[in-house]
Amino acid sequence: MTSQRLWHFFGGLRLAGHKAMSMKEPVKAAPIPKQLVIPVQQHIGSAAEPIVKPGERVLKGQMLARATEYVSAPIHASTSGKVVAIEERPVPHPSGLPGLCIVLESDGEDRWKELQPHPDYTELDPSALRNVIRDAGIVGLGGAGFPSFIKLNPGPDNSVDTLILNGAECEPYITCDAMLMQEHPRRIIDGLLIMKHALRAKQCIIAIEDNKKVAHTLLVNALHEHEAEFIKIVQIPTIYPTGGEKQLIKVLTGKEIPSHHLPINLGIICHNVATAVAVADAVELGKPLISRIVTFTGELLSKPCNLEVLIGTPFSDLFDFCHYQPKESERILMGGPMMGFIIPDNHIPVIKTTNCILVQDKQKTSRPPAMPCIRCGRCADVCPARLLPQQLYWYAHAKDFDKVQDYHLFDCIECGCCAHVCPSNIPLVQYYRFAKTEIWAQEREKKKADLARRRHEFKLFRLERKKQEDEARKRRKKALLQKAKDTGGTEKDSKKAEIEAALARVKAKREQQSRQRKNVENLTPQQQQTIEAVEERRRRLRNIGTTESTDKDSD
Amino acid sequence: MSHTPLFSAPHAHQATSIRRTMWLVILALLPATVYGLYLFGWPALNLFVVTVASALLAEAFSLRLAGKAVKPFLFDGSALLTGWLLALTLPPWAPWWIGVVGALLAIVIGKQVFGGIGQNLFNPAMVARVALLISFPLEMTTFLTPLPMFSANAPSFVEGLAISFSQGINLDAVSSASLLGHVKTELGQGHLLPDVLTSVYDLKTLLSGNTPGSLGETSALLILVGGLLLLFLRIISWHIPLAMLGTLAMMATFFHWLDPAHYPDAVYHLFSGAAMLGAFFIATDLVTSPVTARGQLLFGAGCGLLVYIIRTWAAYPEGVAFAVLLMNATTPLIDHYLKPRIYGRRRDGSPLQHRNRLSEGGGT
Repeated sequence: MTSQRLWHFFGGLRLAGHKAMSMKEPVKAAPIPKQLVIPVQQHIGSAAEPIVKPGERVLKGQMLARATEYVSAPIHASTSGKVVAIEERPVPHPSGLPGLCIVLESDGEDRWKELQPHPDYTELDPSALRNVIRDAGIVGLGGAGFPSFIKLNPGPDNSVDTLILNGAECEPYITCDAMLMQEHPRRIIDGLLIMKHALRAKQCIIAIEDNKKVAHTLLVNALHEHEAEFIKIVQIPTIYPTGGEKQLIKVLTGKEIPSHHLPINLGIICHNVATAVAVADAVELGKPLISRIVTFTGELLSKPCNLEVLIGTPFSDLFDFCHYQPKESERILMGGPMMGFIIPDNHIPVIKTTNCILVQDKQKTSRPPAMPCIRCGRCADVCPARLLPQQLYWYAHAKDFDKVQDYHLFDCIECGCCAHVCPSNIPLVQYYRFAKTEIWAQEREKKKADLARRRHEFKLFRLERKKQEDEARKRRKKALLQKAKDTGGTEKDSKKAEIEAALARVKAKREQQSRQRKNVENLTPQQQQTIEAVEERRRRLRNIGTTESTDKDSD
Repeated sequence: MSHTPLFSAPHAHQATSIRRTMWLVILALLPATVYGLYLFGWPALNLFVVTVASALLAEAFSLRLAGKAVKPFLFDGSALLTGWLLALTLPPWAPWWIGVVGALLAIVIGKQVFGGIGQNLFNPAMVARVALLISFPLEMTTFLTPLPMFSANAPSFVEGLAISFSQGINLDAVSSASLLGHVKTELGQGHLLPDVLTSVYDLKTLLSGNTPGSLGETSALLILVGGLLLLFLRIISWHIPLAMLGTLAMMATFFHWLDPAHYPDAVYHLFSGAAMLGAFFIATDLVTSPVTARGQLLFGAGCGLLVYIIRTWAAYPEGVAFAVLLMNATTPLIDHYLKPRIYGRRRDGSPLQHRNRLSEGGGT
């Protein structure tokens, strides 16, 4: 293996890893729970739409909810059983709000649906591969949960130079990727090859933090000789948040993703190592994404471990399996200590993005009360986005949302480095999230207001038009009456005249419409023919209409 | 904190706090302080205690008046540090009321009027120092040759009390100009440097601090040690001290090279007066200095330049306090204009340009 030149990203933190404790034993399979709660929204994008009904029996791997839009992912049954309810349940989300879930009662048989494996992925073209991956419900397993097939589609205007597999796993305590790399190194490379095929990528890099030496060695050993020509396995310094996509790309390539752009704009695509394994399972075995490895860890646990868990397994089932009883003095997080969030309920289910369940001692990890900012600038020293967290804090605090955007709030990746080092213990990230949410809300409000304003303006216009039309009608009527009076005709005559006038108006309008045709430039001869045929039919109908009306008139 | 609906990440925190920061700065000041108190004896200790105690009382009083919680703020160490730093910059045998007035000026006018910790624009200790210097020029420029505690000529505890707390003690017998003051006067009288400096100017003396000067400013060596400790502990960064001392040294070297008879060399400037204390402990004040590295370099260079200009061509022999205050005033401006280049953006804040892969010929 040739040595790879590496770059640095600005800031970041060297954090204590706390990883060894959960890596003592191999990954254990968690038992099938009696009841699985499977949220329809486990990814970035629009929620999946249930296609099963309560009472329906489903097989393992059967689709329960289908993707609704482009940015969406289907949801599958993690085991065989009966759908007992489709209802709102507490779900793992920082907001703490409940979400729609499909509740599945397992029948214990764990019977698979009929699978459609594609043992030789090279037979599939990239687009067919993407469809397989999409239908398998695969989303980024590193934590964000973005539908993977989209990131396997470079689009017509881009080519992929480098495909990066992210095995950095930079957050403390989390070891699910490290365990995966140790136990299934070849599977990761299999997945990588499929991804490479889908993207037609030129070269691949698997990036691993240098605190995971074992995983690195095993991956290198699993690499076939000819693959080493286009797959590099690189150790990178252990600095949080080097596993962040932008930071990782900087470290490996020296390039920065321009603000508001995507890695693909530089010919780079980043996927997580666990996503690669899911892709391999989906393509080669035909298995949808129905389970994942979850790190269950923390100093307070007697036996921290990694578990292979079915999606939808309630946390409480895992606690029982591990003989853990939550206490008042403890706090349970989903995710790591830097970016995880407190779970609102012990019965929330494991979802596709649940990489870690971390149990913390409330007392030891609580933030001391916040003090005023002393402008020490430590936050700016560690910010990997090179923002000015202090200024962002002031303006977010003052609710000056224009200013906070001038300081590029939306470039913040919410890694938490600033809040971690703040000597005043200010919950900085919380302020940024608050400001972001407020700005989004304001934009929504503004859109709504714009729509309402346009509606109101149109209503005024409509009323005015109606008034004018009414007046015009009155005037016409008056004129006709006057005319009838002048010519000494009867009321019947005036009515007839009115009808005639109306007919004339309709006719004029029709003619005007037929004159105003759209899309009539650059027509092919065939289109021209079709149009002519339609016109002919129309003319005939019109003639029939006029004959009829004349008939009536003559009656 | 009004809007904290959820307790959000990160759920881990570095073992750091304002109090820790302040106490580490005080720890770094300790060697120079103890040595200064030893050099100038009981009266210096009296002044030091009075100044620090007044600062704490003023802080407690202001906090109560502002309706803030007294305990967390009083014990965050910031008022203690302000009082401490102020005491170190006072003439060691100054009467007690200089300390009291100075502490009140620093805490009330310099800090609490702006809104308390973190809000002040100017370094509180330097606000007080300058106000005292202008208001009480005699008391603020009466220096003396060190009379180390327990040495033969040193005042006893009781004599010390008399010097600090009663009126009309004649200090003429012991008073002696500081090096900067002495040189300024002599040069003003038309003497040339080689004659002026022979008797008083000696690097070893300046390093050790056994020379007339402010209470805690005299030993350049001990201050340097404390400053390096702060650098090592990452309480301060190297940018301000290096830029300030570097600029001062460059200016001194340049003019000394032009005219050695009228302009002292860099060593003289670096190791005399408050240059060292200012560079490591005063200009680096977190609250009143810029945030970014480039901003700090500019700020430090400005301080160094102003110190040299004031010392050389202005009416005062020492200019650190003035220089720091002037540069404090520019801090918001520096922070506004010198922002770091954000990831994925150019310096002006616009997004980086990305190259279209296909047009580059790299497409398939």
